[in-house]
Amino acid sequence: MQLALLIDLNVCVGCHACVTSCKEWNTSGAAGPMADFNPYGKDPTGTFFNRVQTFEIGAFPKVETVHFPKSCLHCEEPPCVPVCPTGASYKREEDGIVLVDYDKCIGCKYCSWACPYGARELDEKQKVMKKCTLCVDRLYDQNLPEAERLPSCVMACPTSARLYGDIHDPDSEVSVQIRENGGYQLMPEWGTKPSNHYLPRRKTRIHLHQDELERVDNPLKKEGLQPQPPSDQKTLDETTSW
Amino acid sequence: MHPAFSVIFLTTLIGVGQGLFLALFTGQVYALANLLPAQDSQSFYAIGSVVAIVFLIAGLIASVFHLGHPERAWRAATQWRTSWLSREVLALPITMGLIFAYGLTHYMGWTEPFFIIAKGTLPVDASLIIGTLATIATFALFICTAMIYAGIKFIQEWHTPLTVFNYILLGGASGFTLAAAFSAYVGADLVGFYGMWAVILTITGLISRAAVLWRNKHLQHKSNLQTAIGVRHNNIQQKAQGAMGGSFNTREFFHGSPQAVVKMARYGFLSLVFIVPVVLLGASYSMESSYLPLLAFVVQYVGLMMERWHFFTEAKHPQNLYYQSIA
Ligand code: SF4
Ligand code: SF4
Repeated sequence: MQLALLIDLNVCVGCHACVTSCKEWNTSGAAGPMADFNPYGKDPTGTFFNRVQTFEIGAFPKVETVHFPKSCLHCEEPPCVPVCPTGASYKREEDGIVLVDYDKCIGCKYCSWACPYGARELDEKQKVMKKCTLCVDRLYDQNLPEAERLPSCVMACPTSARLYGDIHDPDSEVSVQIRENGGYQLMPEWGTKPSNHYLPRRKTRIHLHQDELERVDNPLKKEGLQPQPPSDQKTLDETTSW
Repeated sequence: MHPAFSVIFLTTLIGVGQGLFLALFTGQVYALANLLPAQDSQSFYAIGSVVAIVFLIAGLIASVFHLGHPERAWRAATQWRTSWLSREVLALPITMGLIFAYGLTHYMGWTEPFFIIAKGTLPVDASLIIGTLATIATFALFICTAMIYAGIKFIQEWHTPLTVFNYILLGGASGFTLAAAFSAYVGADLVGFYGMWAVILTITGLISRAAVLWRNKHLQHKSNLQTAIGVRHNNIQQKAQGAMGGSFNTREFFHGSPQAVVKMARYGFLSLVFIVPVVLLGASYSMESSYLPLLAFVVQYVGLMMERWHFFTEAKHPQNLYYQSIA
């Protein structure tokens, strides 16, 4: 099993609801708060597991805005794990979630160097490395109603741009979507095999052909000659609607 | 990458310590082969080993400042199967211990040969055996330290065997320069020998370091904004990075220094590590001055700190693609 998120860039509106609900859930957990500095001051900064970035594609007038949520991709070949000198970083056998044991981490930051995506952030108060846990403390919690055993971001997303499931199960919703709607991985060139996938922007276009607007077998056109009544004469509609 | 002073001190200081030990042991081996006059065990080899260990300990202390939780540092010895950092954590104390043992055998005068090989020309004593082991450990430590950087394949500026050569050559050069200074200070007539090797190592180091500078100038990065976000368009501009006041990602992976400063550091280290020490060592050889080698070492060490600082600023981490502009 490899649990993962599938993020639909065609749907994401960049509202940051996933960012705030992620922070809300994870800062209140047993692992301790995700430290903030200057939260109401000039240069607020802090630890986040999930960030939404915005990119502009193209130049005006052919321009498009892409909102891009970004968190740990729970790679199948995570380069961040083998480099950890303490074993604090590990990938779970059972569901493929990549986690940090905050009680073992020495805060050497080496794993953050070894993640090409910049998905790990050092908590500058607790001095340990933090990253998305896929809300592992929700997924299996028997005290939560089954419908809520989901990552916090997935529950918060108002547009359902975030899907969650097992990408190793070919029939799961995420697998089907990835397969059928062109799901892709970030920076595939490094062989990290990210588990999280993204669905591309898709344009919905209607193709109207000329013969859909004009009937080729219009009986009035059959003889080539068309009735052209003088403009002051009543039309067929007016004749019949007495 | 952001240059951390703890790591700059760690890598340069242990480089000096390792190089100095290699110099001492090279001197001993040459003396065994009767190519050099033998030195006094206590005043030369033992004291020299102490100096080497002082540098290694200073490096170790510097490294502690890099950690968020130094009190748990012992855990870092556990993942040596996969992590070069863990291997370094093991190699450093082993090297220190062996160099200490090497110094101790000389200090205690345990230099009675156990047996003699090569038709009576090579007496094997405890210091030779321990010295050989310590040499192996020293090279292993160089390799571990360098592989921490060279092993990250997507930091392409570092991912080259040249990184390993540079750590060995530059550490060796500074150690041999210090050995020349040390010989001059204690009045051993090895200044010329160590000075010559220091010059050879320094010039070889220059070739290898210059090759890296050239390589990095012409490097093609594999990742770009298109692969980073998966949108195929030549014109992508970042409009928001999810934080206004910066984040760990903007602090750890950008050096934040103007290009002019980086360029100054580059010319600075090219002259201080390579040109000035070679000139000073050459001058000390002809003037028989006892202070010039020490000056050469100090200059080279300052240069090495600039070199290490520059080494970090050279590296472009692919995560930086996601942090191009704030708003
Ligand atoms: S996204 Fe980064 S932190 Fe997450 S598993 Fe992959 S390499 Fe590791
Ligand atoms: S910062 Fe923590 S989790 Fe990351 S490599 Fe160091 S010890 Fe491991």
